[in-house]
Amino acid sequence: MGRILLVGRLAVRDLRRRRAEAALLLLAIMAATTTLTLGLVLRDAAGDPYQSTRAATGGPDVVASTARAAGLPGVTAPAKPAGLAGVAELEELAGAPGVVDHSGPYPVTAAELQASGRTSDVQAVGRDAAPASVDQPELLQGGWVVDGGVVLEAAFARALDVRVGDPVTLDGRSFEVVGVAVTAAMPPYPKASCVFPCMNGAVPDGEPPAGLLRNPGLVWLTQADVRNLAPDPDSLAYVMNLKLADPAGARAFVDANGEDGGAPPMRTWNDILEDATELAGDSQILLLIGAWLLGLLAVASLSVLVGGRMADQTRRVGLLKAVGGTPSLVAAVLLAEYVLVAVVAAAAGLAAGSLTAPLLTESGAGLVGSAGTPSITASTAGSVTAVALAVAALATIVPAVRAARSSTVDALGDSARPPRRVGWLIAISARLPVPLLLALRVAARRPRRAVLAVASIAVTVSGVHVLLVLNAFLADQPLAGGYDDAQVEVLRRALLVVTIMLLSLAAVNAVVITWAAVLDNRHSSALARALGATPREVSTALAAAQVLPALAGAVLGVFPGGYALFAAINAATGGDGDRATLPAPWQLLALVLATVLVVAALTAVPARLGARRPVTETLQAGLA
Amino acid sequence: MNDAADTPVLRARGLRKEHGEGEGLVRAVDEVDLDIGPGETVAVMGPSGCGKSTLLHLLGGLDRPSGGEVWLNGRRIDDIGEKALARLRRTDIGFVFQAFHLMEELTAVENVELPALLAGRSPRAARRRAEELLERVGLAGRTRFLPSALSGGQRQRVAVARALSNEPSIVLADEPTGNLDSAATLDVLQLFEGLHESGQTLVIVTHDARIAATADRMISMRDGAFVDETRLTGGTTGRLGALIGLED
Repeated sequence: MGRILLVGRLAVRDLRRRRAEAALLLLAIMAATTTLTLGLVLRDAAGDPYQSTRAATGGPDVVASTARAAGLPGVTAPAKPAGLAGVAELEELAGAPGVVDHSGPYPVTAAELQASGRTSDVQAVGRDAAPASVDQPELLQGGWVVDGGVVLEAAFARALDVRVGDPVTLDGRSFEVVGVAVTAAMPPYPKASCVFPCMNGAVPDGEPPAGLLRNPGLVWLTQADVRNLAPDPDSLAYVMNLKLADPAGARAFVDANGEDGGAPPMRTWNDILEDATELAGDSQILLLIGAWLLGLLAVASLSVLVGGRMADQTRRVGLLKAVGGTPSLVAAVLLAEYVLVAVVAAAAGLAAGSLTAPLLTESGAGLVGSAGTPSITASTAGSVTAVALAVAALATIVPAVRAARSSTVDALGDSARPPRRVGWLIAISARLPVPLLLALRVAARRPRRAVLAVASIAVTVSGVHVLLVLNAFLADQPLAGGYDDAQVEVLRRALLVVTIMLLSLAAVNAVVITWAAVLDNRHSSALARALGATPREVSTALAAAQVLPALAGAVLGVFPGGYALFAAINAATGGDGDRATLPAPWQLLALVLATVLVVAALTAVPARLGARRPVTETLQAGLA
Repeated sequence: MNDAADTPVLRARGLRKEHGEGEGLVRAVDEVDLDIGPGETVAVMGPSGCGKSTLLHLLGGLDRPSGGEVWLNGRRIDDIGEKALARLRRTDIGFVFQAFHLMEELTAVENVELPALLAGRSPRAARRRAEELLERVGLAGRTRFLPSALSGGQRQRVAVARALSNEPSIVLADEPTGNLDSAATLDVLQLFEGLHESGQTLVIVTHDARIAATADRMISMRDGAFVDETRLTGGTTGRLGALIGLED
C-alpha cells in the first residue's frame, strides 16, 4: 500500500512540476485515442438514423421480392421478374410462421427518370394512397402518391436536386414531384437494393448488359401508374414487406424460408442497415488507419519527450536507488507517470471521439434523425485504453529500464548518458561548411533520436501521400465508391480530421525533437560559440540537424512508405487500387520539398532560442 | 587495523575499486581492510580524489567493488544481487549526501517517509515516524515545506532524518557539511553528536579536520589506501562546537 502511494505520489508530483510537457504528452496520445475511438464507434453512431427511420416508417424486418437471382457478373440482383407466379409465393410467405404483419405485394417497374436535365434509372414502386402498417415511407416534403404524382426517395431527390412541384418524366411520361420521403425498406441512394437487375457504383469498362439498371433511384407512384408504365404485366416485379414477431431472428426466418426451397429472394433489415451504413464503414477504415498512423507518431513523440525527461531525472533515479528503491520499483515510478497520462488520454479520447462521431456520419440523406452519441462499449474502451497504454509503454520502456539499471553513483552525480561517437561521420563532416559540420555531428550524437525523427516524418508523409490519392479519387469519380456528393463530403471530413491530426502531431514532433536536441547540445553549442562559431551558425546547425532526417523521412515516406500504406489499405478494404490516380511525380517532389521547408521553419524558432543563451552561463552550468 | 567490538557492524577485507585497464588503470580504492563496531563513529579523511567517497559507496552497496569483500551485520553484501542490495540499503543503511539529494517535488515530511514507504510500512506509520524524526532534528514546524523553501542546513537535517527513517544499522555520510556555512555546520554536527550518543553507528567522509576531530576514530586516505588511523580520546563527548571552534 505504502509503495503504491509512493509511486502514485512521485508520478503525480512530477507531472505537476512539468505541466507543459505533460500537456504535450497528453495531446500526443489523445490524438491517437480520439481517432481510434472515432473509428471504432462510427458504425454504431451511423446506425442511429437508420433505426430512427425504421421506427418512423414501421420498417420491415424482411423485404421479399419476386425476381430470381441473376447470373450476370457483378450484378447483385435478379435477372428477370417472376410475374404473377411470384405474387403467389409472396402471399404464401405472408402466412409463414413468425410473420405478424405485412404490406404488399406491391408492383415494381424499371424506368428512366429525367429531371433538371439529368437522367437516371429508377425502380418505381406502386403503392396505395392509404397508409400501410409496414413500411409507410416518412414524408420529408409534400404529400403521398396520387395519380400523376411521384414521390422520390430523399437521397435520390437530393442527388438530382429535385424538389416538390418540379416536373419529371418517367420513360417519357410526365409526372409532378408531389413528395420526398425516406424508407427503411431499402438503403438510401446510391445503394438501393436491386429489385431488377442493377449495378451500384462505378460502371465497369465496356458496354453493360442490356436491361441492366445503373445506380437506380427509388420512386413511389400509385399502383395504377406503375402498371401503366410497365410495357406488359409480366414485366412487373413485386415486393412485400414483412414484420416478424422476433426482428432479431430475421436472418433465421430467411434461412428457414430460404430461396433454396423456391421461395422469393429476401433481404433482412440487418442487410439493409449494413448497406445504409457502408459509408460509415469506409469512414471507419480511414479513421482506423489514421489512428494507427497517429499511434506511431505518438510513440515517436513520446519517445523523444520521455528520453528528454529521463535525462532530467537521472539524479532522481539515483536518489531513489540510494534510499532502497529496487530497479523494478524505479522503473515502476518512471512508467507510472506515463501510464497515468495514457489513462487520462484514453478517457479524454473516448469522450472526444464519441462526441465528434456524429459529425463524421451523414445526417439526413435518405434517413430521418441524425447520428446520435454512441455509447462506449467495454470492448471499445478496452481497445482504446490498451492502445494508449501500449503507446506509453513502447515509448517509455527503453529509457525506464535503462535508467533503472544505471549506476547509482553515476546517477547521483547526474552524469548524462554520453553521446555516441561516430568516427567516420566526424571525419566526413570536417570537410563541410560550419553549419553542416555542426549539424551532422548534432544528428550523430543521438542516433536513436535521429531515427525517431526520420520515422516520424516518414509516417506523416506516407499518410499525406495516401490522403492525396484518396482525395483525388473522391474528386474524380465519386460514384466509383457508390457515394453521392453529400457522402463524398462526409468522407472528405474524415480525411480532413486525419490530415489535421497527422500534420499537427508531426509539427509537435518536429518542435519537440528540435528542443530536445537544443537542450542536449547546449554545452557543445556554447563551446562551439566560445571557439568562434556565430549564433547564426549554431542555430542553423541545430535546424539543419532536424532537416537532414526530415529529408530522409520525406523520401522514405513517399517511397516505399506511401505506396506500401496504400497497398495495405486496399488489402484491408478490398479496394481496387488500379482505379486510383496516383500523385504525379511533381506532386511527390513538391510534397518532399514542402515537408523539408515546413520542418526547417518549425525548427528555426527553438534552434534560434537555444543558440541565444549566453555562452558563459551555459558553460558554468555544465560545471555545476 | 582496529580494535572495535568483536562483532563489527561493517567489515571490509581487501576492498578494491579499479577504473580503466592496462596503463590507464586507476585504483580508486586499493586493498582496504576495515572494521566498524556498533555505536562507533569513524571519520575518513583525505584530499579530494583520494577515493574516500568511492569507499563509502562500496561500503553502502551503491557501487560494486572490483575485488575484496564487504560484510554488513555478518552478511556478505558485495556479491548479492541488485534487488537484494536495494532492500539492504532501504533497511540497514542510511545515506547522507553533501548535495542533500532531496526530492524537490516532495515536502520535508514526504522526503523523510520515502524509505519507510519503500520498505513497505503503512502510510500512517511512515508518516508518524517521519514527523517524529523531523521533530528530533528540530524541523517540527517545517514538515510541509518543499526543499526549495528550506535553508541548506535545514535541508541537510531533513536528509539526516530521512537516513534514520528505517532505523538503519549504520549511517554513511559523504561530506555532510561540505555545502553548509558555519552555523549550519554546527547544527548538523550537533545532530550527529546526538546520533552518536544514542548508539548510532556512523561513518563520515570529510576533508574537514574539524569534523573528523569529533569522531571516535579518524582514518586518513591517500591514493585509495588507508595511510593512518588515529583513535580520538575526545570523541563526540562534551561540546562539539567548542571543540572544533564553531562556538565559544
